[in-house]
Amino acid sequence: MADGSNALADKSRRRFLTRTGAAVALGLAAGVRFIDFPSARAESGPVSSSQRWGMLIDSSKCASDCSACVQACSDEHGISGHGRPQTDAQWIRKVTLRDKESGRETSLPLMCQHCEDPPCVDVCPTGASFRRADGVVLVDKHICIGCRYCMLACPYKARSFIHEDLADQKPWSPRGKGTVESCTLCVHRIDEGKGRIPACAEACEREGHGAIQFGDLNDPASSVAQALVQRESQELRADLRLNTGVRYQNL
Amino acid sequence: MTPRLNFLGLLPALILLCGIAAAEEGSALLPPIPPPAKGDECVEPTDVMRRDHMRFLQHQRDDTVHGGIRGAKHSLVGCIDCHAQTDAHGVAIAVNAKGQFCESCHSFAGVRMDCFGCHTAVPAPDQAGMTLLEWTTSPVLAVTKPASPRTD
Repeated sequence: MADGSNALADKSRRRFLTRTGAAVALGLAAGVRFIDFPSARAESGPVSSSQRWGMLIDSSKCASDCSACVQACSDEHGISGHGRPQTDAQWIRKVTLRDKESGRETSLPLMCQHCEDPPCVDVCPTGASFRRADGVVLVDKHICIGCRYCMLACPYKARSFIHEDLADQKPWSPRGKGTVESCTLCVHRIDEGKGRIPACAEACEREGHGAIQFGDLNDPASSVAQALVQRESQELRADLRLNTGVRYQNL
Repeated sequence: MTPRLNFLGLLPALILLCGIAAAEEGSALLPPIPPPAKGDECVEPTDVMRRDHMRFLQHQRDDTVHGGIRGAKHSLVGCIDCHAQTDAHGVAIAVNAKGQFCESCHSFAGVRMDCFGCHTAVPAPDQAGMTLLEWTTSPVLAVTKPASPRTD
């Protein structure tokens, strides 16, 4: 008797679950979103983890002789060198990968990968290196003491230290001697909430390559999220399990 | 006993007299009058700003850097936009240049500013009525160097 009623309950539960599952699947197939993610944050409110900003870089579209993204970054943030490549600030750089067996070369831009678990944040002794709620990894230069521990910890060699007194900074990108800096994902553009994309992605698009896609990884409707669903992508040094916000295709 | 007390009572008056004499000779005994700013009024009353501007800036900088909140009223960029002067050619003068808004009072008070090691001391290009290209190629950039080099 007891067994019979249990079986009956099991059967009706199974039917319920099957039907609900079918309804959810139908909803997904029809493109219905159960949670509506905001595409742009109100300018006055604080950032939240409902968004995660990221990039998808298709290295097959990246031209080996093009460095428009690097130039655009320098122009946007007022970065200029002193003819000392080993210590000059560099937020984004072009890297060429070469397969030893076949000799096949792949070109790609490399910058801060905006990890979910950033080693630079783990090691920072003052809390200056931090991850914003929306996934952007930044340096609070007000509390950076310039110890450069984060530069050692970063597996992507993405951070720079400013050795010289600077002048002529851009109002939207304060930079100064004695602090560490790296790609900010052009956070001043993101915070405007007007859909402006980072300078590198904008330049790549302008050059007609369109290798850098920028968007909200948490928004299923964003072009980045859709491209990630459609085709396989890779994290650099995926073995470190940092869950990077910058992903690559066709490496 | 009495003569000594009398002398001590006169001492403050004597110091005051010396001070006034020094001020009349042009030494920096009285606070400077900063150059006039744009607009009718500041974001807070003047006495509040004199006392607490650094606290407002510090509070808002944390909101901006960590919370991404832009465009609130206590912004350093806002200070510069209103208080930066322009020279005879309409070129912006840095607020930390000698005799300018920030520098004049800070040098009187003997308090070093740390803002302009990283932040620019001239208004954003749209505030100066220039396009970005005009701004990047204008002589504005020639006057953004600090008034005196840091020695520490």
